[in-house]
Amino acid sequence: MTAVFIYDHVRTPRGRGRPDGALHEVPAVRLAAQVLSNLAVRSHLDTSLIDDVVLGCAQPVGEQGSNIARAAVLCAGYAQTVAGQQVHRFCASALEAVNNAAAQIAMGSAEAAIGGGVESMSRTFMGADTGAWTGDPAVSYDHYFAPQGIGADLIATLDGYGRADVDAFAVESQRRAAAAWEKGWFSRSIVPVRDLLGEVLLDRDEHMRPGTTLDALASLKPSFVALGQAGYDAVALQRYPQLAAIEHVHHGGNSSGIVDGAAAVLLGSEAFGRKAGLRPRARIRGFANIGSESTIMLTAPGPVSKKALSRCGMSAKDIDLFEINEAFAAVVLRFMRDLDLDPAIVNVAGGAIAMGHPLGATGAMILGTVLDELERRDLSTALVTLCAGNGLGTATIIERT
Amino acid sequence: MNTLHYGVDAEGVATVTLDAAGKPMNVVSPEFIAQFSAAVDKAARDSSVRGIIVTSAKPAFMAGADLKHMLGMMQAGLTERDAYVFSQTAQRMHRQLETCGKPVVAALNGLALGGGYELALACHYRVIVDDPKAIVGLPEVTVGLLPGSGGTQRMPRLIGLDEALAVMLDGKTPAPAEALRLGMVDAVVSPAELLPTARAWILGSPDAVRPWDRKGYRAGRGLLDPAIASTMAARTAAIASRTQHNDPAPITILSAVFEGSVLPIDKALALESKLFARLLAGPVARNLIRTSFVHKNEAAKLARRPEGVPGRSYRKVGVLGAGMMGSGIACVAAQAGLDVVLLDSSIDLARNGKAYSAKVLDKAVGRGKRTREQADAVLGRIVATTDYALLQDCDLVVEAVFENTDIKADVTRRAEAVLQQQAIFASNTSTLPISRLAEASARPDRFIGLHFFSPVDRMPLVEVIVGERTSDRTLAEAMDFVARLRMIPIVVNDSRGFYTSRVFQTFIHEGMKLLEDGVEPALIENAAKQAGLPVGPLALIDETTLELPWKIVQEAIAAEGDGYRKPCSYEVMRRMIEEFERPGRKYGKGFYEYRDGRRGGFWAGLSSAFPPAARQPTIDEVRKRLLYIQALETARCLEEGVLRHPADGDIGALLGWGFPAWTGGTLSLIETIGLSRFVDECEAMAATLGPRFAPPGGLKDRARSGRYFYA
Repeated sequence: MTAVFIYDHVRTPRGRGRPDGALHEVPAVRLAAQVLSNLAVRSHLDTSLIDDVVLGCAQPVGEQGSNIARAAVLCAGYAQTVAGQQVHRFCASALEAVNNAAAQIAMGSAEAAIGGGVESMSRTFMGADTGAWTGDPAVSYDHYFAPQGIGADLIATLDGYGRADVDAFAVESQRRAAAAWEKGWFSRSIVPVRDLLGEVLLDRDEHMRPGTTLDALASLKPSFVALGQAGYDAVALQRYPQLAAIEHVHHGGNSSGIVDGAAAVLLGSEAFGRKAGLRPRARIRGFANIGSESTIMLTAPGPVSKKALSRCGMSAKDIDLFEINEAFAAVVLRFMRDLDLDPAIVNVAGGAIAMGHPLGATGAMILGTVLDELERRDLSTALVTLCAGNGLGTATIIERT
Repeated sequence: MNTLHYGVDAEGVATVTLDAAGKPMNVVSPEFIAQFSAAVDKAARDSSVRGIIVTSAKPAFMAGADLKHMLGMMQAGLTERDAYVFSQTAQRMHRQLETCGKPVVAALNGLALGGGYELALACHYRVIVDDPKAIVGLPEVTVGLLPGSGGTQRMPRLIGLDEALAVMLDGKTPAPAEALRLGMVDAVVSPAELLPTARAWILGSPDAVRPWDRKGYRAGRGLLDPAIASTMAARTAAIASRTQHNDPAPITILSAVFEGSVLPIDKALALESKLFARLLAGPVARNLIRTSFVHKNEAAKLARRPEGVPGRSYRKVGVLGAGMMGSGIACVAAQAGLDVVLLDSSIDLARNGKAYSAKVLDKAVGRGKRTREQADAVLGRIVATTDYALLQDCDLVVEAVFENTDIKADVTRRAEAVLQQQAIFASNTSTLPISRLAEASARPDRFIGLHFFSPVDRMPLVEVIVGERTSDRTLAEAMDFVARLRMIPIVVNDSRGFYTSRVFQTFIHEGMKLLEDGVEPALIENAAKQAGLPVGPLALIDETTLELPWKIVQEAIAAEGDGYRKPCSYEVMRRMIEEFERPGRKYGKGFYEYRDGRRGGFWAGLSSAFPPAARQPTIDEVRKRLLYIQALETARCLEEGVLRHPADGDIGALLGWGFPAWTGGTLSLIETIGLSRFVDECEAMAATLGPRFAPPGGLKDRARSGRYFYA
């Protein structure tokens, strides 16, 4: 197999995913096009060298539908020979896009490809992408569908994470994100988003609440009590009958934020690097996907990481930094417990609780973040993972060259 | 058999009048379908006919399917394919009606339910009499079915998807005004205006094409509409929560509406038939129809009453003991129009008992169920007293005094001293053998057990216990009394614990034994709740306290000595009572913690008292232990002759202690599992859990010969 290298990556700052968010006026295709064109411009890239652009998107309907990747390729002014495809692996879509691009290169069917993702949650609301999983009664009944928040609370209940534990994690995420921004850790990879007149709309993650305290979080009401009472607690207990009740501990402050954003990672073979005059920053060591119990939905990161490590002949001890999407605090706590990790090397620059989780774009964003941190800290290996809808998980291992 | 009349008037209005010969109600039957279909055909071919009125000569329009007939088909081993064909027959008739080319109006002169309302839905217009008794709806969900004659397709198309779901899933049967508001009918008129309105509608030359048969009709958008996606998700969760996946009817109704909504009508109707077939050929609908409707109705009509005994009427009854049970019995008797003498040892106690009725009646007045005058009249029928002489002209006396043989013997003698010869003496004991209590009686042939359930005014079951010397006449007349109270009797021969208490005890003992076996308490409770029982065994024991089962066991030990086999939970009971002093909620301490009388979490010491095992069983194993132990004990009761009829076992389980209705009862559960499989599973369980799970010989014989409880 051909070795696959990461040459560069960029991301937008994340805008609040609401009508008052700074990126709300920007259609998803233009968010994606801005990162693509930026990636090309800053590397002085001849885009005709790119074989495919793979973009993740978790609500690929409406303005995000009809293969937004190809539309973004054209909007970004790439060569018309550059293909495009959109992939949907829920929250892991963008990491899947990177892996998909890497697989094409490894197979030798592409020399260079871009993996990334886009999601404008302020414009295409969660739930716009309906489906049999949640919407077909026969399917959701037989498979005990419960929304993610219930799954997160279920993890907390099973593992015994109390409100104080999940809130403490959230406070730390905010602290790390604020510190990272303050010290300029993100500046190398952030592409400010511009409006139609070329003015900067946003150059900094908008969702953060630096200085968040435990006391402030303690005042928030848990978010998923009503859903639980509507029947989902009962559904969850049907799958986890050893529990007396579901403890609802998650709320807006310890769950990932709803935001808009896009990201792109440039991948290629060694030969591509020579042609393009680019120096590889890291190598893709391997990746894996897995399915896990779908009612709790969010527990795949541990198993999929072990699977990826095992495929690469590595163990968790061989990894310098871990990056896991902070879908909910309990997801990360479970992941660290599964792999027996030191929290100091997990999400070192904060995560989605502080900065937000643009569903289909996050995987590429956090891959970029951890690569920047490997370089800044002069470390070698990192593992990136996300839990995803309906009991899915994806993990990718990178190593600096 | 003739099921309808057909006629055409001078103006060309044909009228099909449903009038099942010799029956009180019009029902959907093969004859009806053939005759109705022929009538529609005749009208369609007759060029002088301008339109058709469908109405009824009975007080009701049509009540729907004949449940007894359906039960017969189900018990005869109906396959899904048979059920599909059965459903399609009626669907074809409805489709023929709505596409016959002439306008059809349903003139609903009375209630139209199930298949009756589906017939109305297949008409082009529905007019109904303004009579609160003329309810309409599709209550099939209550018998474990879906409306299989187009109801799940036509109603959403007429009144909206979510509105139709609300009506069908809750089995709502609105009266005319509400039905009009919902769009389930098109006009509400006085009885005199019914047929004229229907005729006028036809003479107005209305369009005889349904919206879904018009060119350009667009089916629903299904999941392309996010609003439908959220409705479906929310309703699915609510259904899963309510049914615990035991009764498939609600989710199947939801699926029928959802999947059918995107299809053209003929495909949608065929889909409905397929889903209907799966329910009709499945065990749950059979269980619900058989026990909760057919057998329950038969029991209420005294199917087990000894033959040849003239019916007895009641005017006045005595109730001895004005505690919770006595007060409740007095209350239902007075509500049934009987004069009641409520007697206790002090006048204050007797008056307290009467005050219970006052409270129940006040509530009924508050809810508008009774007028104040009616309530006062009922209360006026109860005389609170300490004077046995007032019992002199009572037709029947029920004693509900303390569960103590001596006290019961005393009140028996004192009452019999004044009672007339033909009066019946009944004991409401729940634990003491009737034949032994009858020893205190001067006429044991007139002595019987009437075991009421608490709260009496809300629990319709009465376990009628036949003592060794109780006569058939006494049994028959006591059953007349139960019927007079509008309650449902089951007949049980005298034995320790009778039937309901005996089987129910096995449930709570097994619940506690599971705890002793190291099963997580939450798993025990969830297994019971997910099986459809109202509460988990541990919570239930806390509610009623351990004192009662403990007392029953101690009495049995005293009575039977070494021959008595202690229940499997003996040690748990002993430790909870003696070692931990946590007998139940009444004491604020049980398997659960209680704060201000409210149940909190499990007792913090529970896991050290009964340490959970490292390997936990699956919920299915726990659930089987809790359900099968009850089914086995019921089978033993049937074999030992404690139960006289299997239907009484099933009815008693449902109404006596809330055994889940989807099972059809403890014996129907065995049929639901399958006789052979049940016996095999029990034998395997007996090998690991002990002889309490050993299937009795008669059950094994039945399994071998495939002889079911119900033919």
